[in-house]
Amino acid sequence: MKTIKDVAALSECYDLLVIGAGPAGMAAAATGAEQGLSTLLIDENPAPGGQIYRGITTTPVAAKETLGADYWRGTDLVRDLTASEATYAPETTVWSVGPAAEGPSDPGRMEVGVSVGGAARLIQARQVIAATGALERPFPIPGWTLPGVMTAGGAQIALKTSGLVPDGRVVVAGSGPLLYLLTAQLRAAGAKISVMLDTTPHENWGRAIRYASDFLRSPYLGKGLKLLLGAHRGMRIVRGITAIEADGDSRVRSVRFRHGSKEEELPCDVLLLHQGVVPNINLANAVGCALDWDDDQLTWVPQTDEWYETSVKGFTIAGDGAGIGGAESAALRGRLAALGAGHRLGRLSAKDRDQMAAPVRTELMRAGRGRRFLDVLYRPAKAFRVPKADDTIVCRCEEVTAGKLRETVALGVAGPNQMKSFLRCGMGPCQGRLCGLTVTELIADTRGVSPNEVGGYRLRPPIKPITLGELAALPKTPAAIKAVER
Amino acid sequence: MTQNSAIRLESEIAVIGGGLVGSATAYGLARQGARVLMFDEGDIAYRASRGNFALVWVQSKGLGMPEYATWTKASAEQWSTLAKSLRDDTDIDVAHHQPGGFILCLSEAEMEARINAMRRLHNQPKMVQYPYEVLDHDETKRRLPAIGPDVVGSVFCPLDGHVNSLRLFRALHTAIARLKVDYRPNSPIESIKPDHDGFLINGPWGQARVQKVVLAAGLGNARLAPMVGLHAPVRPSKGQVIVTEKAAPFLHHPMVTVRQTDEGGVMIGDSQEDLGFDTVVTPPVISLMAQRAVRMFPLLAGLNIVRTWSALRVMSPDGFPIYDQSQSCPGAFVVTCHSGVTLAANHTLTLAHHILEGTLPASLEAFSSRRFHVSSAA
Amino acid sequence: MFRRLPDLGGETVNFTIDGRPATARLGDTVAAALLASGMESCRTTPVSGAPRAPYCMMGVCFECLVTINGIGNRQSCLIPVAEGMAIETQKGARSIASEYSAKGDAA
Repeated sequence: MKTIKDVAALSECYDLLVIGAGPAGMAAAATGAEQGLSTLLIDENPAPGGQIYRGITTTPVAAKETLGADYWRGTDLVRDLTASEATYAPETTVWSVGPAAEGPSDPGRMEVGVSVGGAARLIQARQVIAATGALERPFPIPGWTLPGVMTAGGAQIALKTSGLVPDGRVVVAGSGPLLYLLTAQLRAAGAKISVMLDTTPHENWGRAIRYASDFLRSPYLGKGLKLLLGAHRGMRIVRGITAIEADGDSRVRSVRFRHGSKEEELPCDVLLLHQGVVPNINLANAVGCALDWDDDQLTWVPQTDEWYETSVKGFTIAGDGAGIGGAESAALRGRLAALGAGHRLGRLSAKDRDQMAAPVRTELMRAGRGRRFLDVLYRPAKAFRVPKADDTIVCRCEEVTAGKLRETVALGVAGPNQMKSFLRCGMGPCQGRLCGLTVTELIADTRGVSPNEVGGYRLRPPIKPITLGELAALPKTPAAIKAVER
Repeated sequence: MTQNSAIRLESEIAVIGGGLVGSATAYGLARQGARVLMFDEGDIAYRASRGNFALVWVQSKGLGMPEYATWTKASAEQWSTLAKSLRDDTDIDVAHHQPGGFILCLSEAEMEARINAMRRLHNQPKMVQYPYEVLDHDETKRRLPAIGPDVVGSVFCPLDGHVNSLRLFRALHTAIARLKVDYRPNSPIESIKPDHDGFLINGPWGQARVQKVVLAAGLGNARLAPMVGLHAPVRPSKGQVIVTEKAAPFLHHPMVTVRQTDEGGVMIGDSQEDLGFDTVVTPPVISLMAQRAVRMFPLLAGLNIVRTWSALRVMSPDGFPIYDQSQSCPGAFVVTCHSGVTLAANHTLTLAHHILEGTLPASLEAFSSRRFHVSSAA
Repeated sequence: MFRRLPDLGGETVNFTIDGRPATARLGDTVAAALLASGMESCRTTPVSGAPRAPYCMMGVCFECLVTINGIGNRQSCLIPVAEGMAIETQKGARSIASEYSAKGDAA
């Protein structure tokens, strides 16, 4: 592996450009390079691993049992990547992907806008694999913008990369396997968690039970049981939570919650929120990939074929960015995506591709067993997706509340793009990452139609920040001069 | 959709199009007590209104049609009345400011071309007179301290201003909702048929019977106009726009291509491309726009871009608006322009009144689409 | 709000927060360094002036924006802390005018 930290050192064109160095991206880059494709792996973090294996080569948390065996499994992926011929560009962002306008035109050739250390450049790629992973589902409750309220994943990153644990009175709230995993990790690291507020709706158990037999034969079972059992010991767990509110002035001071008919308030210094992860589709959306609403995972999922190629030719999405499947599944899907790209580039015959893919697909089937049970069981409650309290902030950047959104739907605003014009929601620096799903579901709920009918924000580049100065330095064309200098 | 499930509507006037032109006109009609139905498309539409640059702009407009300069100046002059009316009706401040605007020139050639254009504009017969100043670098720098050394000079006009166009859009929709305009989103129009005392409007949603119809459907007017004996040969003109993160106020006047919004973001715009309905953002174009903006104001270089987009202007063959009443189907009007913000005041406060009266005044005759027949015959 | 696990070892990095000296562990992002230093909020919003602090730690929420070495609105969760770094918390919208003039004075 060759590491590049200078935008000028990148080649003009790569056979394969992989975006994101999590499990899917690392596997895709290694698999691509193995086929002899000139492969570039771009990642915005300083070290490989993505979020799930964040800091795997650098973490100061030496005691293996703190982060657990599943975390350390990422070591194999890093080893394969390091041994490969791929080029790796850390601390580098991709801010646009579009069709290549000029130069040799093979189908699917793309122009990719990259930025390293304050300098932007456009390079080309014959195939692009976006391994942009997942992000935590928005958790809009009153007070979620207060300092001291963080995502559970955020706290996990602080632990993995810096050996930091939340201090004082720590409350974790929400639902889903990652919440229990993080709680176990934090407690193993010595954090004192005063209470876990479990928002998993009681009725989910009834719905999930019919998928339980698959789950019982799945690799999730052992891990899940251990986490749940571990979680019980020495910590208060309140189940069936139906409302949560963070209170405080300059930071969170207390958390109020309701379970059954009871309301309680506890002092709190750190509140960690989590209710599952959803595909990070910002790049796919800006590229123009067709997206579908997935009613099980309650999120947008890009349409892909069996090699994870999207509706945009040459643009493939591997891993959780194409639908949540977890780290193991992501790595396998990364390999399949790279085999698909290798075939489209003429490097692999269909037969070789399929032969190499067969064992990976078998593994993928195994890794996905039980997923459906988890999806149904931990499908987050509506009260935490479509906030009832009108003063709850939905768009954190522009500070747009649920009440304002509902009021504007009543004017006849039918979808999120018109909503953007009316209220600026989704127009801040996060570009709708933290409010997109909520806005879609809230409009759908208020109008009484499906999220699919409402649609989502339409995004445009740059999907990562670049400065005007960086943009200004890019090459111009005669057509551009004609369009601008009149 | 079957006819059985379809809705039937009755109203005095239908406005087709819920963008800035349609909603400003509907607001004017409803303020005078008319019963108005307003049809609109859904969440994804071409929507020139969402791509506008939010200028209320006077200088440089009307070369080739002095009546357009008169009309534009009149709208700029009554813009504060519109802003006040909206504030009174909705409590929404649309941030209308008229501090005067600049066109900055980045070379001697640009400066010369600009001065010549202004001279030709103001030398036209029947041209309305208003003040403007040609400024050299030093005087421009005195008034706009943030400019860079590449700015050769500028033209300043005290009539120019800007608004918060998103808030304008929301204010108009809020106002018409309060005035009981029946707003129908997701309601495309398939046909409009003259029918003894009025018109029958059909769409997949059902049918509406109205006495008058106003076509304010932007690029959709090209298709709808012939249904009622009108002519609106409009085509798309692509404009790309950049907007940055919010910054503390540093730019207190609008430029024709750069402005800081009242919320802090900086908008950079005004590319023009004739590429049909293509709305892809292209790096070379936005790069050049960014470069020119940074040459004008070097302090912009470090500002992060939050979003870029492109929208389609609604362009007639000569670039000027079309206001017309059908001769074969009286009661059918067409309203189309690419300056929906600048002209919003006229649309609400002047045009709506004439539409209700049923005759467009002689002062608007120049905007009839008959001018296109004349020029094609010549 | 956060404390460091004991016995992590590693090299120490010196930096400043609003002019006050602080230390971090080499490999920390700026956001992690701020959390470890006991900082409560890193900025106030340009919309309402409400205080905010790092939220996602993975570059998606843009809550952890701070001024680093004179440049505003940097995503502190993506930037490794470095020796001598000058970090400033932000109040409201970034002032490019003062950033620019400070840069001119320094040059």
